[in-house]
Amino acid sequence: MVQLSMAKAITAGLTAAMARNEKVVTIGQDIGRLGGVFRITDGLQERFGARRVMDSPLAEAGIVGTALGMAQRGYVPVCEIQFDGFVFPAFDQIINQASRLRFRSQGQVTAPIVIRLPYGGNVGSIEHHGESPEAYFTPTPGLRIFTPSTPADAYELIQQAIESPDPVIVLEPKRLYHSLKGEVDLDAPPSGELDRARVVRLGTEVTLIGYGPMVSTLLNAAKVLADEGHSAEVVDLRSIAPVDWATVEASARKTGRVVVAHEAPRTSGVGAELAARIQERCFFALEAPVLRVAGLDMPYPPSRVETDYVPSVDKVLQTVDRALAY
Amino acid sequence: MTATNAWTPRIVGDGSEHRDDVPDGAATDGIETVQLLDTDATLLRHPSYSPQLSLDQVREAYRTMFLARRLDAEGTNLQRQGQLALWAPAIGQEAAQIGAISALRATDMVYPSYRELSMAMHRGLDPLAVFQIMRGITHATWDVAATHFGLFAFVVGAQTLQATGYAMGVTMDGADEVVLVCLGDGATSEGHVNEALNFAAVFNAPVIFLVQNNQYAISVPTAGQFRGAPAARAAGFGMPGVRVDGNDLFAVNAVVAEAAERARSGGGPTLVEAMTYRIGAHTTADDPTRYRSREEEQLWAGRDPLARTERWLREQGTPDEYFAALGAEADVLAADVRARVLALAPEPITGLYEHVLAEPSAALVEEREQLERYLADLEGR
Repeated sequence: MVQLSMAKAITAGLTAAMARNEKVVTIGQDIGRLGGVFRITDGLQERFGARRVMDSPLAEAGIVGTALGMAQRGYVPVCEIQFDGFVFPAFDQIINQASRLRFRSQGQVTAPIVIRLPYGGNVGSIEHHGESPEAYFTPTPGLRIFTPSTPADAYELIQQAIESPDPVIVLEPKRLYHSLKGEVDLDAPPSGELDRARVVRLGTEVTLIGYGPMVSTLLNAAKVLADEGHSAEVVDLRSIAPVDWATVEASARKTGRVVVAHEAPRTSGVGAELAARIQERCFFALEAPVLRVAGLDMPYPPSRVETDYVPSVDKVLQTVDRALAY
Repeated sequence: MTATNAWTPRIVGDGSEHRDDVPDGAATDGIETVQLLDTDATLLRHPSYSPQLSLDQVREAYRTMFLARRLDAEGTNLQRQGQLALWAPAIGQEAAQIGAISALRATDMVYPSYRELSMAMHRGLDPLAVFQIMRGITHATWDVAATHFGLFAFVVGAQTLQATGYAMGVTMDGADEVVLVCLGDGATSEGHVNEALNFAAVFNAPVIFLVQNNQYAISVPTAGQFRGAPAARAAGFGMPGVRVDGNDLFAVNAVVAEAAERARSGGGPTLVEAMTYRIGAHTTADDPTRYRSREEEQLWAGRDPLARTERWLREQGTPDEYFAALGAEADVLAADVRARVLALAPEPITGLYEHVLAEPSAALVEEREQLERYLADLEGR
């Protein structure tokens, strides 16, 4: 066990995957000598060479599109998109190409690529650097979307993403890159369970469901609730496409109350799908409607007011109070 | 890439006297159009390129072009009879396609657009695979690994990036292969294509961009598509750009052969702009009479690649029997494909779940089971 930041844990996971399989390559902007704007690929080019750690021209569709071509040649490319707000030029290559190559070719052509995408707000940056674009991707059949909440999870998920025969977007909670440290077992092999949610805190009265950067907010809310005499269970989805419905439903049935949290806008977000499914499947077990705590239905705001946009512990608690009041 | 020439070239002039015989658009922008066989089926001398195809190879190329054209007509007929959802004819572009692909090795990957029926046939694909797409039976399903012929691409230009990435992989492997990607004049306006050209140049990828400039992107002529011709733009990306008479089998073949040789020896990408003409409609949903003139169509009919190649073959002594036998072969093939198209029925939709993910998620399994129950209930009523 070592103590690592989330950033260093992802670097360690990438390094392990590249050391294990020489077909794993990385491509992105400034990922070579600089080590990426967040330094996630720090040292990789030095260790694995410029052939496997490629600085690309500044073009996101080019990064993902050429990665798809390399995948068709037998490589396992890991793309780095610099920031959440810059992923959209690659949208066609992700949605129209990567996600459906297997389907349209009936398995003849596959797209085992990984797209690493730093996401999420409260980082004090300028426009287009604090976005949570996951809901543009989650409805797309054929894509897997992982997002870790701890360094240990990040170490595991990045390796699982690379091993997956499907195209995977790894949403990396960038505000946790350097702020969140945790124990990582570098010898632990990836568990192989691709889309398993994790109950990260047991409770009985209400289930708080989140992913990525929201999980620590939910855990903090659960601690406050415990101080107030309420028992909250916290579920970390880890995979938001597909969702581990068995774990979600089991917790919803157990507590009868569910609050879902994400930073992306409320409308048509991941929380909408969770609420719909839970009420479809667990109706008679519910004591309250499934409630959502989400980003606001406005474009991401200037950073001086972003703390009023990103769901806070207080906002989660206020919503939990509503759920408990039913 | 030299082939044994079993025939005696009848070469006249130095090529310079044929500048008035270049496709429209070429004469005005000062870019040379490489031509080796003029519209009178006379072989020309060119300072940089010479015919690379033997008489037998020309016969084989002509055969594929002829059969493809016959099936192409069958495709339009079948659509008109309500048997296909759509057909995208390639009539007029056969020399651009076959000239290019016959300059490659069978192991060189080809990324088609969606109009490359003749190329698919050249690579040994059962042409039924294309008809399946157009009948709504499959999307684009064939053995890419075995044929080195990529999937049809309907999002214009998106395939150019994948071809470039594949070629980058060829370089990483140190393999003796090149990649050819097909696109049209309209596609050159797409961002993906411009990114692909740039990546190809930066990574020195062994990829040939074959722009079949058929003068129209559906209804918009090239004058409304770009002011800098694709062949000229190549220089801006840092790669050679060559314009070639796309209805000249010999010229397309020679130009692509040279590009392939350059790519194979580490010289990187080339853009080849093949000047041709879409004799038919964009697709069966199109009506070219709304946007182009009869005179223009007749002008290009005089440059028809099949007629030109046939004339040359006849002048080389290819007997009537060859053409008669080919006509009979085409009729048999067309009847066979037609019969098989009519028999094509879709597989149940439930089977498609198998290819959404490598291993279906629990939610997918459940949805499939629900659908199967629903369909069984319907059946039972």
